[in-house]
Amino acid sequence: MNVLAYLIPVSLFLGAIGLAAFVWSLRTRQYDDPEGDARRILNRDWDDRPKP
Amino acid sequence: MTALPRLDGPLSACPACAAAPAAERLAGTAAAPARIILSLPGVHCAGCISAVEAGLAGLPGVASARVNLTLKRVSVAAAPGVAPATLIAALGRLGYEAHELDAGLLSATDTDRQGRDLLMRLGVAGFAMMNVMLLSVAVWSGASDATRDLFHWISAAIAIPTVIFCGRPFFRNAVAALRAGRLGMDVPISLAIILATAISLYETTQGGHHAYFDAAVMLTFFLLAGRYLDHRTRAVARSAAGVLAALEVPRATLIRDGAETEVPLADLRPGDEVRVRPGGRMPADGVVVTGTSERDRSLLTGETLPIFAGPGSAVAAGEVNLTGPLTLKVTAAGRDSSLHRMADLVAVAESARTRYTSLADRAARLYSPGVHLLALAAFGSWMWATGGDLRLAVNIAAAVLIITCPCALGLAVPAVVTAASGRLFRKGLLIKHGTALERLAEVDTVVFDKTGTLTLGAPELQGIDDHDPADLALAAALAGASGHPLAQALHAALAARGVVPAEVTDLREVPGYGVEGKAGGRVVRLGRSGWAGTGEAAVTATYLGRGAGPAVAFTFVDRLRPGATAAVAGLQAQGKRVMLISGDGPGAVADLAARVGIADWTAGALPAEKVARVAALAALGHRALMVGDGLNDTAALAAAHVSVSPASALDAARAASDIVLLGNDIAPVADATRIAGQARRRILENFGISIAYNIVAVPLALAGLATPLAAALAMSLSSVTVSLNALRLK
Repeated sequence: MNVLAYLIPVSLFLGAIGLAAFVWSLRTRQYDDPEGDARRILNRDWDDRPKP
Repeated sequence: MTALPRLDGPLSACPACAAAPAAERLAGTAAAPARIILSLPGVHCAGCISAVEAGLAGLPGVASARVNLTLKRVSVAAAPGVAPATLIAALGRLGYEAHELDAGLLSATDTDRQGRDLLMRLGVAGFAMMNVMLLSVAVWSGASDATRDLFHWISAAIAIPTVIFCGRPFFRNAVAALRAGRLGMDVPISLAIILATAISLYETTQGGHHAYFDAAVMLTFFLLAGRYLDHRTRAVARSAAGVLAALEVPRATLIRDGAETEVPLADLRPGDEVRVRPGGRMPADGVVVTGTSERDRSLLTGETLPIFAGPGSAVAAGEVNLTGPLTLKVTAAGRDSSLHRMADLVAVAESARTRYTSLADRAARLYSPGVHLLALAAFGSWMWATGGDLRLAVNIAAAVLIITCPCALGLAVPAVVTAASGRLFRKGLLIKHGTALERLAEVDTVVFDKTGTLTLGAPELQGIDDHDPADLALAAALAGASGHPLAQALHAALAARGVVPAEVTDLREVPGYGVEGKAGGRVVRLGRSGWAGTGEAAVTATYLGRGAGPAVAFTFVDRLRPGATAAVAGLQAQGKRVMLISGDGPGAVADLAARVGIADWTAGALPAEKVARVAALAALGHRALMVGDGLNDTAALAAAHVSVSPASALDAARAASDIVLLGNDIAPVADATRIAGQARRRILENFGISIAYNIVAVPLALAGLATPLAAALAMSLSSVTVSLNALRLK
């Protein structure tokens, strides 16, 4: 059962990465327009070069 | 708040978009761009996004445009000189209907911040729940002794900070409720969360078998999910109120010592002289001093025929001046004007509506005392049965509180309301009021207004083929010279027919009467009946005087709003009684009622009569849905059980109604009542599901058989079934 000493911190660490990613996405306002962002990816306007 | 440079310009999620304003700043061109927000009820796909953004970005002075498809809005960063009207016109050419929104009211970041705050707590609770659940699974599947204790301690280390951070919204509300001497939903919730955590901590220190950390965290998570959905619905409703912000600046042109000055409406006093330009709205009640014109009273009374105004005529605030400039002497302004008296009627009618108790409130009122009594009874009887085993009794009381905790109940209403209002929003209906959906579900009678609601308030020429081609050519020439709505409709209809205008010279508009010109040595006139040389017909018409012989009448009907027939048919198919109450004359009302298929109609109704009719329906036990747009409907809109108004309505009418129709099409009203009925059924089903789970689980808890596993199962199963049931809404 000694493996628990590694596995539990590892699992908590991985979970914390997910939480940090969520906090980051929240702070950068990525939930403001979920529907629009889902559709924008279908649009070919800036496929060849980045939006100026 | 963020590291990316997006303090000005629209919000964006991609680095390239964020770089654009920065680049402009470097170039020194983005001199404090004004932010204009437009509502776009018609956008629905990726193609729309590109079309709108490219179309707007191509206009001079527009720095950038960003569509928010979720909110169906476009936010435009433009040079200070760019008028929203030009943007709306450009969008109109692209085929998108647009309305201006008040950017100042919409940037109310307060609700936005609250929403993100809740979402953050929800995320933290979700993270904690997953980790604690993993540890709990190990305990349930047989971890024992030191391992079990270790797992309990780790769970405690995760759960306690989570509960403190994520449970704060509940704790705060519970304290507020207790201070006010009430037992809301939040008191049992807070009690269950705190008790579960405290008991588990105590059990852990004693090396006990059962810890409810997972239950406490899961409870917080599911309830926060419900709370977040609820917040989102209310935030949308609140921003809907922002959508309805007055578009017209309430100003009047005051004439003092021969000079014109712009003053706020509040500064007008009786005796002041004000000028009203053609197309403007009367700022106050008054008497015409100089000038002749015609005025459109349709928003006040529902009448479609314009009325003559000359020196000595009394006009009321809110009427629209059509053809010539008028100077008014103000007789009543502000608080005393007829417009304001109408607003008072609304205030009286509205107080009745706030008495409506939502299903969730009614459920909570039954539920909270019951739960506390049940837990107390469990505690007391176990104390008595075991001869004073405090630890066991508190454990069982906590288990009862956890099992009965309104997880599913807290999700039952918000999940359904969110699903339903999302569906209605996609159909172009904006729900402004929290309980509007529930009230809409109870409707059995639908009352329509005519002008501007079932019709567009836009005249359409009738019987074009009955006229002599020579008359048509004369009319085409004269109508093109006038700004009067009937003349413009005539001009458009004739142009669409390809009628070549006749040669008419010396064209001039005679305000209040019509247009005059010379053709073949004779004076020809297009305008009011007496002036053109004939008697008045009973229907909306303009008259062509040919200089010889009787004048010819061009008759108009009010154009039907798209979907009017479908809406009426849909409502009738749902078994609802449909009525038409209009302030317009009997001829026009009867004609329209026949066209859309309404048998029960009333014409010539004054605003007070409309309210009385709606109130009489309520007194008979009917629940009325009022659909109207004019000032004359405002009081009736507020008095009705629930009300809908189109986006083209006056702001007073939109403010008084619960639901606003964003698009031009009125057919979604029938869908709305159907969806609302379904939503109400789902809410009741959800209550049934929660009660069923409780009936199974509570006896187990009371008997002391509820393990943390049973609590976790009951809680998650009921929450998931309730959410899935909400999604069944079609």
